[in-house]
Amino acid sequence: MKQEREHRFVPVASALCLLGILVAVMWWAEASQFRGPASSTRLPAIGGAFTLTSTHGTTVTEQSYRGKIQLVYFGYTYCPDACPTMLNKIASALDELGPLAARVQPLFISIDPQRDTPEVLAQYVESFSSRIVGLTGTPAQIAAAAKAFGVYYAPYEIADAPDGYLMDHTSAAFVMNVDDYFVATFTPDTPAAQMAARLRTLIAQSS
Amino acid sequence: MLRMISLIGLIAVSSVSLAIAQTPSIEVQHAWARATPAGAKTAALYMTLVNKGPTADRLLSAATPVAGKAELHTTIDSNGVMQMRPVAALDVQPGTPTVLKPGGYHLMLMGLKGPLAEGQHFTVALTFEKAGTVEATVEVEKVGAMGPDSMPGMKM
Repeated sequence: MKQEREHRFVPVASALCLLGILVAVMWWAEASQFRGPASSTRLPAIGGAFTLTSTHGTTVTEQSYRGKIQLVYFGYTYCPDACPTMLNKIASALDELGPLAARVQPLFISIDPQRDTPEVLAQYVESFSSRIVGLTGTPAQIAAAAKAFGVYYAPYEIADAPDGYLMDHTSAAFVMNVDDYFVATFTPDTPAAQMAARLRTLIAQSS
Repeated sequence: MLRMISLIGLIAVSSVSLAIAQTPSIEVQHAWARATPAGAKTAALYMTLVNKGPTADRLLSAATPVAGKAELHTTIDSNGVMQMRPVAALDVQPGTPTVLKPGGYHLMLMGLKGPLAEGQHFTVALTFEKAGTVEATVEVEKVGAMGPDSMPGMKM
C-alpha cells in the first residue's frame, strides 16, 4: 500500500520538476533577450574605459586622445582581406584631409593579442599609414576594450591557417568626437571619400 | 608523294585539334595581390575569371610557389561581423566574369615563404573541374591597393 503511494508520487514530482525547469529556462531566455545586443530600441552605448599598450610603447586610455577625433577599428594582423581593406580606406581618407588629418587619431586595436605584440602591430600599421596607432594588450585588456565598443570577436578554427585559427570580428570602425562621444560608424562599404567628408564635418564642428 | 602530303596534313590537323582541346577555356585577368606588411604570414590573391567555353566550370583548388597553401575563401559580413570562411569550389559561368576581390572571394595564401613586395610577380596554378590547370601571373601591388580600380587602363 505504502509502496503504491510512492509510485503515484513519482510522476507528480517529475512533472513539477520539469515545470520548474521550463519556467527557469523561459525566464532566462527573456532576461538574456533584454540584456543582449538584439534590443534595437536603445541607442548603442559605444566607447568607454580602456587601458592598452600602443605601438609607440606607451600605455594609453580612452583619455589619451581627447581633443582629437578618434577613428577606432578592431582587427588583427593575420587578417589578409578585411583589415587591409579598411585600413587602406582609412589611410586614403586621411590623405584626402591633408593637414586636417592631424586632428584625427586612427586607432587599430588588435583582437588577437596572442600574436599581435606591439612590435608586430607597429610594422603592420606603419605599412598603411604612419598616422595609424596600433593598440594591443593582455587578453583581459582587449576584452575590456572590445566590450566598451560593443565589439564581437572570436577565433574560428581552421586547420590550414597559421596557428590553426582565423578571427571573426566586428567589421565596422567607430568615430568618436573630440569629447569621446560616439558619433558615426564606418562600415566596409563606406567609401574613403565619404569617410573624409564626414571627418571634415566633425573637424569643422569641433573647431 | 600524295601519301606523304596527306600524312603531313593528318598530323597538322590532329595537332591543331589537340591544341584546341588543350586550350583552357578559362581566362585569368588582372591577377593581383597586395604587398604584405612586414612579418605577415598570410596574403590574399584576387583576380577575374572569364569562362570562354560553352559550359559552366568550377575553380577547385590553387597552388603557388610563394606560399605553403592557397585556399579559396570568402569574406562574409554577417550582421556586422567579418567572417572568413573556406569555400569548396567557385562557379565560373560562361558570359559572366567571376570576380575575386577585397571583401569577397579570394585565394588565401597561408604560410607565406617571404614577404610580397610591390612590383614583384609570381605564378599561381588554378585547377578547374573542366579546364584543368591554368597558370597565371600575379602582380603584387602596394599594400593599400584596392584592385581593378587602382589598375591602369581599367576604369570602374
